[in-house]
Amino acid sequence: MTKWKPTGLALAAIAATAAVALAVPSAMAQRDPAYAAARAAGQIGEQVDGYLGFATTPTPAIRALVEDLNIKRKAAYTASAQSTGSTVQQFAFTSGCNLIAQTKPGEKYQTPGGAWKTRDSGPPERDARCP
Amino acid sequence: MKKTKTGARRLAISGRCLALMTGMSALAGCVQIETPDKPIEINLNINIRQEVVYRLDGDAKKLIEQNSEIF
Repeated sequence: MTKWKPTGLALAAIAATAAVALAVPSAMAQRDPAYAAARAAGQIGEQVDGYLGFATTPTPAIRALVEDLNIKRKAAYTASAQSTGSTVQQFAFTSGCNLIAQTKPGEKYQTPGGAWKTRDSGPPERDARCP
Repeated sequence: MKKTKTGARRLAISGRCLALMTGMSALAGCVQIETPDKPIEINLNINIRQEVVYRLDGDAKKLIEQNSEIF
């Protein structure tokens, strides 16, 4: 009986850890439907610099969501810049080229001049340095 | 008694001289630095060259693909 107690506790601890480990990635992978809606509605769009921007004044919730994503993007750009021997800005800009190219018709993107444009069926207006 | 008086006077003179020298050296050692009135501007566009963008393109595509939850 004395041997049972610690084993039970250990099992419970493992189960709890597993539950947390499973819960965290699924929560991260879950996209906020408000983000997709704001994107589709053209309230937010892809900027030239590789970050998300506001084409129209956002609600506090959308602002918080975008700011959180931009912080995560910056962290990802920083790690990639270090591994490729480039600057964060260079890597972010190159990502921006790709992210603007990936926008779907109806979504907003920033032109090299800084204006917000709605993506149509044609290719987007991108910086001359974009591949 | 006379000897000590002269000694005291000499000490007083040298003390005054030292004070004067210290004052002069303090004046000479004063360096004035003026802060610029205009903000320092750095044009960041120069740092991004097309060849760098082309070199990083593959890695950027990979990053976006592997971290779709933030893009």
